[in-house]
Order: sequence, then structure tokens, then C-alpha cells
Amino acid sequence: MKLHEHQAKTIFADAGIPVPDSRLATSVDEALDAVDEIGYPAAIKAQVHVGGRGKAGGIKIATDREEAEQYAEEILGMDLKGYTVDSVLVEAGVDFVDELYVGVTMDRGEGKPVLMVSTEGGVNIEEVAEENPDAIAREHVDPSFGLHPYQARKVVYEAGVDADVALDVASILSTLYDLYEENDASEIEVNPVMITGDRDVIAADAVMNIDEDALFRHPDLEELAEESYEDDLERKAGEYGFDYVRLSGNVGIIGNGAGLVMTTLDLVDYYGGKPANFLDIGGGAKAERVTQALDMVFSDDNVDAVVFNIFGGITRGDEVAKGINEALEQFDEIPKKVVVRLAGTNAEEGMEILNTDLVEVEKTLEDAVQRAVQNAEEVTQ
Amino acid sequence: MSIFVDDDTRVVVQGITGGEGKFHAGQMIEYGTNVVAGAVPGKGGQEVDGVPVYDTVDEAVEEEDADASVIFVPPAFAADAIFESLDTDLDLAVAITEGIPTQDMAKVNKRLSETDTRLIGPNCPGIITPGEAKLGILPGNIFSEGRVGLVSRSGTLTYQVVDNLTERGLGQSTAIGIGGDPIIGTSFIDALEAFEADPATDAVVMCGEIGGEDEEQAARFIGEHMDTPVAGFIAGRTAPPGKRMGHAGAIVSGSGTGTAQSKIDALNDAGVPVGDTPEEVADHVEDFL
Repeated sequence: MKLHEHQAKTIFADAGIPVPDSRLATSVDEALDAVDEIGYPAAIKAQVHVGGRGKAGGIKIATDREEAEQYAEEILGMDLKGYTVDSVLVEAGVDFVDELYVGVTMDRGEGKPVLMVSTEGGVNIEEVAEENPDAIAREHVDPSFGLHPYQARKVVYEAGVDADVALDVASILSTLYDLYEENDASEIEVNPVMITGDRDVIAADAVMNIDEDALFRHPDLEELAEESYEDDLERKAGEYGFDYVRLSGNVGIIGNGAGLVMTTLDLVDYYGGKPANFLDIGGGAKAERVTQALDMVFSDDNVDAVVFNIFGGITRGDEVAKGINEALEQFDEIPKKVVVRLAGTNAEEGMEILNTDLVEVEKTLEDAVQRAVQNAEEVTQ
Repeated sequence: MSIFVDDDTRVVVQGITGGEGKFHAGQMIEYGTNVVAGAVPGKGGQEVDGVPVYDTVDEAVEEEDADASVIFVPPAFAADAIFESLDTDLDLAVAITEGIPTQDMAKVNKRLSETDTRLIGPNCPGIITPGEAKLGILPGNIFSEGRVGLVSRSGTLTYQVVDNLTERGLGQSTAIGIGGDPIIGTSFIDALEAFEADPATDAVVMCGEIGGEDEEQAARFIGEHMDTPVAGFIAGRTAPPGKRMGHAGAIVSGSGTGTAQSKIDALNDAGVPVGDTPEEVADHVEDFL
């Protein structure tokens, strides 16, 4: 789960990390009130979960009121890589002489958190990692013990940070690690950390992603998550508790188990169709879950046809079949053709229960996907 | 022969009094697994399906000689349950639980490196040696005895591939779901190494998915160390970057690492044919044997 920049910065500031003075604004008037208080130059920054906001035109620096108004008008409501901007962070511009990158993330391969520092801040760090991996200093942390303070200093010195600010940067890094641990973050990143002419050290950006599996012990963060859905269907999936990802195609996909659902998407593509979504109903789904899943996929206007693929282990084919019948019997006319394939536990019972006036049935995964792709093609022709 | 579990394995089920634990303990017993004990704090002295329940794993080992555990404990308490298994020096712990916080697993992983216990999972369907023992939630009826080893990051995808194999009369020596989380115990390489050493395994199927670099590392291992033929499958070719595809570990990073293509290329470079469909995987295995 991604936090917005302004949410992460509030957490940083509360922990004592220096951040620029800022206000959140949802209208041009609010943005102007904010710059009146903060002064110039002021950065107007789109609050959306999109990387590379600056390049895409989502961050502008205003040097006077006229520019501030113009940029706020431009950015509020703009479409940034598919997301509509409904708030901006208005932030005091920082007069910097140097930019650093600092971050904490989980190194999957090592199974340990890793601290990262680079003097090549302010640019895409993944490109730095690719082109000049030595420009990033790394230090692994023993997750059972936690961070030794010397480790934060060591990695900062190793990165070649100027000696007069090194301890301030190490102190920020050490606080970031505490926040990483306390909040069950999967990733915390400040890019850039700015060094001013007066040698002050300021966190000018803030990326903080939280491990969704740990939200049960962070109810405060879970509330922030509810504020940050960008898409109505994703919000709905969140309410139903489905694993759901929206794509751009027209073949709706419902299945059980992440690997099998991904495979179903891949097969739609392999047979010449375009997947509209990833929807995993999880293990042991009963009739109600099935109804909710169909509701999700039917309410996506991009979907022209649906494939429903279940391989039952703990999920029972007869339960799924009952759910499909119940969901579809509510309609006078089925909104989109549904192809069903059931295998595994109680699949035969399920096949018998399925109302074949309402759905098409196939025995193999490959056949079911091909038929759904064909159905979608018929709609678009 | 087989790997990691057989009919001598003596199983303690952690969380046997919960809904899932009770149901699957019953299924494991029905399959013929030696379920010798349950372990649930506060429930010592009870019985589930004739299986004695103890308060601690330690007691289950003392009283019933358990040497492997299967963990059906909710995410908030699962890491603690795994620690209990590791600290009791069991040979094997199989963690079924999905949704354990990653930072908890990092701590488990550290402890794991200090013990001799093998951990399978978490967020996995478990392990089965057909005709001998099943530790986990895999549906026993789709498996058949045979000579194909299978290792996979996904549960239902495993069932799909096994179904395709079984339909053609290609039985399995052992099938392992290693789990879909970013930090797991047994890796592809651990399983491949064991299959390579197992005289009862003539071919191996490896089902990977997007995220991380385990498949790439496994491909290098196959190229350098394996004579047993391996067929591959990789799920997630159509996954967009930055989105978690169900499994916590199934995510292509913004910089483009962890893609299906990188994994498929690595496997092909190691001489491993990768099926475009699950059916094609079975075709490749048939060609091997």
C-alpha cells in the first residue's frame, strides 16, 4: 500500500525529520491561500501514486502568485498516467546545492532490510542502480537485532556524503529505519534529500509503502489507505477484500489462486485476446464471494466477455456453481457472456449444477480461455 | 524414495483446533499421513479426530515423537508458531498461512539460518509424496505415484499442472509448493538439488512466477548442476509493473526486474524448455521420459 507524499511527510515530520513547510490543497483557491502563507518560490506537487511526476508535468515551481494560480489550475484535475489529480501539495521551495538519495527496503534475496545511500540524488535511482551500481552504498541490517547506529554512519560515509553533513544524514537515515520497522513499511525512500547553502539537510520528497499484510496491526495506516484509492473498481475490490488489478483489455477474468489467475491472463493474451483484470477470489470461496466477483467484473465497462476458471483444492466446485447460478439468475439478460471451467474438488457436481442457459461450459483451461477470447471478439466486431 | 516427506514422517499440526487446521488434519489423515499430534496453546488434553492435542510443540515431540509440523495459524501469530517449530529442532516445518508480515518473516529467516530445520512456505499449499504422505492443503485425489518431481511458487497452478501430468499417466515422486511470499524457507534451488539427488525422480517441473530473482538463480543452478531434465512454466507474462498480482511476492519492479521474460530467457539459456500453456509443460515432460 502506497502512502501519498503528504501523508508520508506528516509521519516524517512527527518523527523529527526536517521537511519543507507545506499545505495540502484540493482547489485553486486553497492552493493560493497556501502560497500566500508559505511564500515563493513554492512547489505545486500532484498527489497521485505515480512515479516520475515531475517529468509528466505533475510538479511545477511557482515564483509568483500568477504562476501559482496557473500551475494549480493546470495540475488540479489533470490526468497523470491514467490517474486524476484531486489534490496538490503546496510546498516551500528549497534553495539547495546538493541532492542525495536515501532509502530503506527489504532485500528479498538476502531476506534482510537494506539501507541505501547515494550522492546521485534527484534522479531516477533505478536508472542509477542499472548504469552505475557502485554509486549506491548499501548496508544490510540484522532484522532480529535492528539497526546499530554505526551502520547508518558507515553507509553514509561509504557513499561519499560531504563530511560536514554526514552525521545529519545518518541521523535521518536512522530515523527512517525506525519508521520502517515501526510501521511495517516495505519501502521508504527520500529522493532527494536536499543540502542547502547553509548546510541544512531537508527531506524534499517522501515515498513510503506499507506491507499490506501487516495492516492488521496498524489501524491508523489502514485509514490512510482508504483515502488513497484512485479507481472506483479498486475501491470496490478493497471493500470486498479481493486481490484485484485492473488492466486495459476487454476479457474479464475470475479465478482462484494467484498463480492460476496470472496464468489465465497470460493465456488470454496467448490466444490473441486482451485481459481486462486480475481477480483472485481466494481459497474456499462460497456462493456469496462468487456473486461479488461477478458483480465486480460486470461493472467494468471495458469488459466484453468473462472467463471463470476454478481449480478447487479447498474451493468446492459445487459451491462456486451455486454462486454463479445465483448471480446470473438476477439478470433478465446476462450482461456479458460467461465461460466457466471447473476442475478439482467437486468439479463434476458443480458442472451438473451450472445452469447452461446462463453460462457456457468448457472442460479445459485452454478451451475456456479461447472461447472467452472469441466471445469478446464477437462483441467488438 | 522421494524428497523431504514419506510414510515415516510423524506430523504435529499447529492450530489443529481451528477451522482450517481441523479440516485439513482430517484430510491429511484420510490420505494416509501419520498425524501424531496437534499443538495449540490452552487446548492441551483435547483430541481432534482421535489425535491428541498438546499445549506446546515441545510436548508433542516428547510424547509422540513428531518430527515435522504443519502450521495453520492466523497471520498475526504465525511467525511465533514457526519459531516454536524451529526452536524445537523438528526436521521440517510447513507453513500454510498466507499474509504473514514480511518483516516477521525476515526475523524467521534469520533464525532459520541458525537451525537445521527445513521450512517450506509460508503462503504455500504444502508438500505431497503421492501414496505416502501429504503435509498441507493439496487435494490428494489429483496426484498419482510416479517419477516426476514438481516445485512451484503457486498452489492452484500446481494443481493445474499436476492434473495435466496425471491425465497422461505421468505420476509424481514429490510435489512441493514453496510459497508466494517474498521471503520463504525452501527455495527452488533447495528443491531442485534434492530432486537431482533423488533416484526416484526422473524429470522435474518448475513453475515460477514474476517477482524477485529466484527463478534466474534456479536456472543457473540447473545449467551447472543438474542432469535430471527440467521443464518450466512462468506465470505473469501480462502483469503490469508495480502491481502486486495476488501473491505478496508476485510483483514486477518499476525498473523491470522480476519480469516473466527475464525468467523465461534465463531458463531457456540453461536448456530448460518453458511451456506457453500448462499443457505444453506436460508435452515437454512426456518428451523427456
